[in-house]
Amino acid sequence: MNESVTETTQDSPARQRVDALQAALESAFGDTAVGIERFRNELTLELTADRLLDTAARLRDEAPFVFEQLIDVCGVDYAAYGQDEWTTDAASLSGFGRGVERMDLSEPDPDRRFAAVYHLLSIKHNHRLRIRVRLDGEMPRAPSVIAVWNAADWFEREAFDLYGILFEGHPDLRRILTDYGFIGHPFRKDFPLIGQVEMRYDPEKRRVVYQPVSIEKRPNVPRVIRAQAGPGEEPQPPQDAADA
Amino acid sequence: MPEIRNYTINFGPQHPAAHGVLRLVLEMDGEVIERADPHVGLLHRGTEKLAEDKPYNHSVPYMDRLDYVSMMCNEHGYVSAIEKLLGVEPPERALYIRTLFDEVTRILNHLMWLGAHGLDIGAMTMFLYCFREREDLMDAYEAVSGARLHSAYYRVGGVYRDLPDAMPRFERKHLKDPSEAKALNRNREGSLIDFLDDFADRFPGLVDEYETLLTDNRIWKQRTVGIGVVAPERALQLGFSGPMLRGSGFEWDLRKKQPYAAYDRVDFDVPVGVNGDSYDRYLVRVEEMRQSARIMKQCCQWLRDNPGPVMVDDHKIAPPPRGEMKADMEALIHHFKLFTEGYCTPVGEVYSAVEAPKGEFGIYIVSDGSNKPYRLKIRAPGFPHLAAMDEMAKGHMLADVVAIIGTMDIVFGEIDR
Repeated sequence: MNESVTETTQDSPARQRVDALQAALESAFGDTAVGIERFRNELTLELTADRLLDTAARLRDEAPFVFEQLIDVCGVDYAAYGQDEWTTDAASLSGFGRGVERMDLSEPDPDRRFAAVYHLLSIKHNHRLRIRVRLDGEMPRAPSVIAVWNAADWFEREAFDLYGILFEGHPDLRRILTDYGFIGHPFRKDFPLIGQVEMRYDPEKRRVVYQPVSIEKRPNVPRVIRAQAGPGEEPQPPQDAADA
Repeated sequence: MPEIRNYTINFGPQHPAAHGVLRLVLEMDGEVIERADPHVGLLHRGTEKLAEDKPYNHSVPYMDRLDYVSMMCNEHGYVSAIEKLLGVEPPERALYIRTLFDEVTRILNHLMWLGAHGLDIGAMTMFLYCFREREDLMDAYEAVSGARLHSAYYRVGGVYRDLPDAMPRFERKHLKDPSEAKALNRNREGSLIDFLDDFADRFPGLVDEYETLLTDNRIWKQRTVGIGVVAPERALQLGFSGPMLRGSGFEWDLRKKQPYAAYDRVDFDVPVGVNGDSYDRYLVRVEEMRQSARIMKQCCQWLRDNPGPVMVDDHKIAPPPRGEMKADMEALIHHFKLFTEGYCTPVGEVYSAVEAPKGEFGIYIVSDGSNKPYRLKIRAPGFPHLAAMDEMAKGHMLADVVAIIGTMDIVFGEIDR
């Protein structure tokens, strides 16, 4: 099916393209990038925020890359990475625990908590690349790539809206998906799924009022991490957020 | 002399030509658009956040509700991303069924687009004709999955079940004139494959009918030629994909360039526009419908000749057959674990894209090895298209805004997610 799933075929054209791109990336950015990863035949170039802009311009313009298109920009919040709600690796005398341990996200570690992820596509060479930039702080900052790829406009607004990532140099960094006057960044892991406020019509005030939510979040299915992950896979221990 | 000011008008979110809940704030100089500022998000449901709180297989039905006129293509993007993450390959028959239904979906989407686009700019008849054919295809959806729209038919590891041997028929007692039953059921005597095969035979003739109404129609050309022109280099910069990119002259189709499912085993052509205007994108989409019928034909032939399984035989990710569960303890446990906890995926991240009718529909999954996606990002093709609204509408007349919204093929389910 997907070229990438048939990655066992050693000399498929798709695989050769990825090999060539990986070699070109290593020679061009081997010393400035944080790392180059390959998983399921997809390449990820990890950068620091200060190298993003010049790398992006080179990726767009230089002959071995020619990434004319920015396919997607999205934020990721790593605050709860690798945490589960149900212990499955050890049994007590009375058996496995049946209770769900709620994740504690009241004070997430701001260090390298967020990431901005860019997906690039080259129509000329027919290859793809992912760029990941890890960001620090409660209000993380990243340079805007809008000058390199104009498509970044709305994608960066979305990442700002949902994760609170500030894209410096963006001309119009407004909220995009949430309601007018919305408070908070809803896709952060410490923002509850059921939200902070609910809305109802108040017959006395004769208008719509907002009030704190009255329902409690109930995980229907606990989040579980089992060491033996996936059919036919080598056991992979969950990694720490820092070295993921 | 009185002061002359630009006029700001509000368009939508409740407007029949806004294709859902688009709110446009337009700055006008007389009747000419100076700036268009789309306000989106009125249909934001937080699909990605909801999916992060559920095991992988619980989110398939959410995908139907993204782009709600090309349901199965969204599912295809989602399940192929999970399959890539797990390293699972569905059986060949499932790949052909997916190819067949992706093309059914493409025709469904393009018919909806053509009807609505026509209606928006004054060709009301189109809407009625297009919905006549959509009805047949939605019957095919219903026959295969039980639902006319939100099918949840593609599953990780294959498709939910094999194609049915009988096509549901019109019943005499429900018809005003019972003697019509025979004519209505003419192509429903056989299996679903026979029905779709017959549709693929009939459909090019029906597209000819649409084209007689539009392609050389003077009013249609006046409303679309030279409207919303996007130069090739701008189309790349703005992140266009699908017919929007092909309309500007790029021969770029993921079905050809990065083939998935059975697209490398079927024969079809990729239409490309020249001028990058609304009319060229119309021609591209109409030709795509013809090509889809061609692909459907080939899939029907293959599916007739090659029976086989439609789901992987790994009960860690696919449920065991109902009959087996009644006798086999292991099958019962598999079923229970699969539907309560789901399956854990390997640690890693994948991006998988399919050529949805509107463009590149991509799913990016970050997995930390748990039974739920740690981060799910849906790359909706309509999102960058609508972002280009300002650039495409600038300098056009107010009435052309409707034509530009139409040519973008906007659906808010996927833009707002």
